[in-house]
Amino acid sequence: MSERRPFRWHIALFLAPAVLVYTAVMIFPLFNTLRLALYTEIDQARVFVGLDNFRTLFGDQRWANSFWNALGNNLWFFVIHMLVQNPIGILLAAILSHPRLRFAAFYRSAIFIPTILSFVIVGFAWKLILSPIWGIAPGMLDAVGLKSLFAPWLGKEEYALTTLALVSVWQFIGIPMMLIYAALLSIPQEILEAGECEGITGWSAFWKLKLPLILPSIGIISILTFVGNFNAFDLIYAAQGALAGPDFSTDILGTFMYRTFFGFQLQLGDPHMGSAIASAMFAIILIGVCLYLFGIQTRMRRYQF
Amino acid sequence: MNKARRNPVNVIAAHVILITYVVIALFPVFVILINSFKSRKAIFRDPLALPDADTFSLIGYQTVLKQGDFFGYFQNSMIVTVCSLFFILLFGAMAAFALSEYRFRGNTLMALYLALGIMIPIRIGTVAILEMMVATGLVNSLMALILVYTAQGLPLAVFILSEFMRQVSDDLKNAGRIDGLSEFTIFFRLVLPLVRPAMATVAVFNMIPIWNDLWFPLILAPAESVKTLTLGSQVFIGQFVTDWNAVLSALSMAILPALVLYIIFSRQLIRGITSGAVK
Repeated sequence: MSERRPFRWHIALFLAPAVLVYTAVMIFPLFNTLRLALYTEIDQARVFVGLDNFRTLFGDQRWANSFWNALGNNLWFFVIHMLVQNPIGILLAAILSHPRLRFAAFYRSAIFIPTILSFVIVGFAWKLILSPIWGIAPGMLDAVGLKSLFAPWLGKEEYALTTLALVSVWQFIGIPMMLIYAALLSIPQEILEAGECEGITGWSAFWKLKLPLILPSIGIISILTFVGNFNAFDLIYAAQGALAGPDFSTDILGTFMYRTFFGFQLQLGDPHMGSAIASAMFAIILIGVCLYLFGIQTRMRRYQF
Repeated sequence: MNKARRNPVNVIAAHVILITYVVIALFPVFVILINSFKSRKAIFRDPLALPDADTFSLIGYQTVLKQGDFFGYFQNSMIVTVCSLFFILLFGAMAAFALSEYRFRGNTLMALYLALGIMIPIRIGTVAILEMMVATGLVNSLMALILVYTAQGLPLAVFILSEFMRQVSDDLKNAGRIDGLSEFTIFFRLVLPLVRPAMATVAVFNMIPIWNDLWFPLILAPAESVKTLTLGSQVFIGQFVTDWNAVLSALSMAILPALVLYIIFSRQLIRGITSGAVK
């Protein structure tokens, strides 16, 4: 690059709109929220209080209980996704990627449909189906002789969160399926044929050849699931409302932040405590992303075809 | 090919698993749609039956159309989605061109800065975004939503589009320069048409989350006149919880646009994912 070249205005013009909007609406508010977490409101004036909000959040018994409850629920929500969504997604993708499977395009499109529906539809649709009043779920269990298993899952504290996590899995299974499917398709045929010459076929080809090759994609899916889950809100809100009932058993960080920020019933909204919770979420997501970027991704062997 | 792949038992097993999952995936949508066309009694008597001459009823749809301004909500969703996509694509492509075409000081740094937003959700900054929108008077306007979604979509758009723009031939652009075209003409006339498939992919990726978002409409634009379809149906269903006909019809009306969009764009979406745009 020559130093004498005149300033190239067109580069700045090309960059300006994106950088301006992105900075003003995303980056600046993000840091402003972190800053607001250090203030509080006393007599309608904003006062700097340092880390007091965090002391309340982690030290005050009432706040700390809600926070750890939400974080624990959120972790369980994530664990269910990792244990159910991703293995089923990988299984479906493995079957779909079979070279001469008929109707593959139909299956692919049909399984992806729940992913395009909004949380509101998904939340209410499942609420209706699982409702003891309507009787679809108990009726179907009755048909296979398992009626005794039915319980109003969304209304019971011990089942509600797991049920909602499974509904969310139902909704998003299409994403891991598609990404793994793409990864499986990009494995060159020669490698599989070489495996066949060595007698590695069928399932053992999947475990010994394909799975190691798609590990980077599984890593990407895991981090996408992580960020998505720790940022989730809509499904719980649509199905259980802002109170994340029954008795906060489905409360996750997103609904906790919403309630704190906006207030509910008799409690007034508190943007500063809301910011403190948002900062905690930011820290959690940042830790997760860094663990992935530096701990997993750099160690993963990538194969160039 | 090996024996295992030709084994008919395996083929049948594969189809059984896939069909089972397709049924699981489509069953709730199917139940909602068929019951929205039935009378209240029939909904409860036999929820899995198709509507017939006796049980067919449009009472739910009549309630929905009378009580809720669904066309207004639909229009708002449409405006927000289309405008956001337009700005994401235009601004995103311009920035991607600057980053992939020119070498300048701070290029890598700028690319990293713009990529930050891929992993960090914009929702974290909600408190400050609301405060800013209130201060600028944009709260309860579609503009607020468009700005937020544009900012949210830009990082991934710049990332994907700059990958694709690197593949556009340098000879073509240099030929344009020799012919005296300005950098802007080169971008709009030569490069943009060539990356159209990548733009379509970015558009489809962004369309679904914007159309379905509940968080920002709820916080930034809850007023009746600017409600989006997602928020509108959420509020409507919340008010009519006990009117099953109305709830089922409202759900069906919210499902339909998404389904139509999906049928139109599914090929593009699947091609986008499988072409490795997000690797």
